[in-house]
Amino acid sequence: MLKDSAKHFCRSISYDDPLEVCISKIQGLLLSDYRMSKRALALLLLQEDKEIVDTVRDKEGERFDKIMGIVQETKTHYLRPLTYIISLRRQKEASRIAKLTVGFPGQQKLSIKEKLSKILMDPIIGGPILLAILYYGLYKFVGNFGAGVLVDFLEDKVFIARLNPLVTSLINKAIPYKLLQDLLVGEYGIITLGVRYAFAIILPIVTTFFFAFAIVEDTGYLPRLAMLVDQLFKKIGLSGRAVIPLVLGFGCDTMATMVTRTLPTKRERIIATLLLALAIPCSAQMGVILGLLSDNGIGLGVWLGVIIAVFILVGLLASKIMPGELPSFYMEIPPLRIPQVSNVVRKTASRLSWYFKEVFPLFIFASVIIWIGQITGVFSLVVKILQYPIRWIGLPDKAAVAFLFGFFRRDYGAAGLYDLKKAGLLSGNQLVVACITLTLFLPCIAQLLMNIKERGLRLGIAMSLFILFFSFTVGYSVNLVLTLFNIRL
Amino acid sequence: MLSEHAEEILEALWIQIEEQGKKPMDVGAFRDDPAIEELIKLGFIRRDDAHIHLLEAGRLHALACVRRHRLAERLLTDLLDIRENVMDTVSCKFEHLLHEGLEDKVCIILGHPKTCPHGKKIPPGKCCLEKRDKKLLKIISSLTDLETKEKGQIAYLETKNASQMQKLISIGAIPGVPIVLVQKFPSYVFKIGHSQFAIDKELASSIYVRLTK
Ligand SMILES: [Zn+2]
Ligand SMILES: [Zn+2]
Repeated sequence: MLKDSAKHFCRSISYDDPLEVCISKIQGLLLSDYRMSKRALALLLLQEDKEIVDTVRDKEGERFDKIMGIVQETKTHYLRPLTYIISLRRQKEASRIAKLTVGFPGQQKLSIKEKLSKILMDPIIGGPILLAILYYGLYKFVGNFGAGVLVDFLEDKVFIARLNPLVTSLINKAIPYKLLQDLLVGEYGIITLGVRYAFAIILPIVTTFFFAFAIVEDTGYLPRLAMLVDQLFKKIGLSGRAVIPLVLGFGCDTMATMVTRTLPTKRERIIATLLLALAIPCSAQMGVILGLLSDNGIGLGVWLGVIIAVFILVGLLASKIMPGELPSFYMEIPPLRIPQVSNVVRKTASRLSWYFKEVFPLFIFASVIIWIGQITGVFSLVVKILQYPIRWIGLPDKAAVAFLFGFFRRDYGAAGLYDLKKAGLLSGNQLVVACITLTLFLPCIAQLLMNIKERGLRLGIAMSLFILFFSFTVGYSVNLVLTLFNIRL
Repeated sequence: MLSEHAEEILEALWIQIEEQGKKPMDVGAFRDDPAIEELIKLGFIRRDDAHIHLLEAGRLHALACVRRHRLAERLLTDLLDIRENVMDTVSCKFEHLLHEGLEDKVCIILGHPKTCPHGKKIPPGKCCLEKRDKKLLKIISSLTDLETKEKGQIAYLETKNASQMQKLISIGAIPGVPIVLVQKFPSYVFKIGHSQFAIDKELASSIYVRLTK
């Protein structure tokens, strides 16, 4: 007894024999048709691949227990997991073949691409490069060009100046019913509001964003960014990998929420979904907010500071509270390359078409809901209720409408504030508080539906309630601080 | 000097009590074993009617024995490529040759391994805590202890955490594969074949590399 336990029990007969014997035993028991080699199947069974185990359980019936018995027996021959043993043997075989057939050229000098790759992965130089990409890609190209030049042109020159009056007069002549006229071409009509927003505001902003994102993606920069931020992201319960959905969130939070599927653990997916819903403004919304605060530099700074602080704070708290496996980071770093036009165009087009398929119907849907809400009076009731928290954060009652629209599309809300600002109804402080609250406020209806679809009904609703409460609390606090210190922005 | 047999008893006692957390050992078959007397005389163990208990001095000595045993196993598998099935008999002889001072040198050569080839914990020694770089001696090292541009072959993966190991296997970090460390901060970047990968510190610390010049 003692002698036995004094030694480690190394029972392996020879390195590969038991494995081979067990594989052929299992092969003999697999009688159904699987459309793959029985040997491959046996190897997967030995590694206890969940999907394969389930299939075999269904197909083999009573033989299943026998098979799993053999798997358990095989395990006792090895001290290390079978996956490890099997991979090891594969590697040995692969390198044997490689030695026989492939020759590698000796070490070459670092190419320009490799040098550039080193620079992009440098923790010190990498920071300014990221800022440069954000500045030129996001601020200049998407913000100034997409949300500025293009939106102005489409919105003012095409829709407001020409299309809207034309369509309005046509419809008013064709349909004599006031109610239907309102639905189609009223203040919040399907065409005057829904279609106009979709084509004049969203299309240029989202297109420029997706275009810029596709270029950055195609160069292979994103994995390098992930590798740079991993240690920081660990603090908010995420791994570097999460940088991809989060950056995509600046384009469209709804799409980004769907992309959180690529994160390996449930814990990471939940934290990323929450942060997207709360603290990552999408391009459409950001475009309008940048427009709102463009003539108020300090206000813009306060808005940015508060949103970043909320992002970090909620991330830190979530990573403390959420149970589950801690994230680990592993990612291939592909070679850098010059983006290919065909790739960029294809990626932009496929994202855009997804966007319009998933989100455009929701614009129309939102217009219809607003219309129904208005004729039944439900809308004015909700607006009245919303006025209480609105007053609480120091805003005029009229802002309630903007917030309600904010739920149908976050940018509707921001655009609603734009109208208030134009009318001179908002002071600098009020504008900043409103922008902050609206950025944090409930995700748009598309994102809410996506949250529920990806995270389940309970979690989706719970997140929304938390966000509703949290956004107004932050708005209240900011207003309070500004008032207490008598700061005028 | 303790006899080999006595050392083995001491080791077994430590594994049973300290590592597996079981009760003290039955006296049973050892009633007349002279090694037991030897151990009692040295103040390593205490015997009552039915059980053998481990005393503090014995615990320390056993810890060192276990460390030597498991380091010997690592030495044999990693450097001398002894097969697992014959390893046990060899390593039992071998561990008695590793004496203090020598064992820490072996530990440094092997890159301060945390577990033996069977996945059992190797009690850390002084060298592991200090980790003073003695570059000349290093033959095997964890990826985290390598300098950038150093290269070698993956010797083994720390297999304590199955899901971590799975991740490493999935990116092709498998024993026998040539590897070059490209960058250490903010994440570990290495090259396998013609592919580059980035991993975090936790994963990097479970890759052990046999260095090549
Ligand atoms: Zn061992
Ligand atoms: Zn050591």
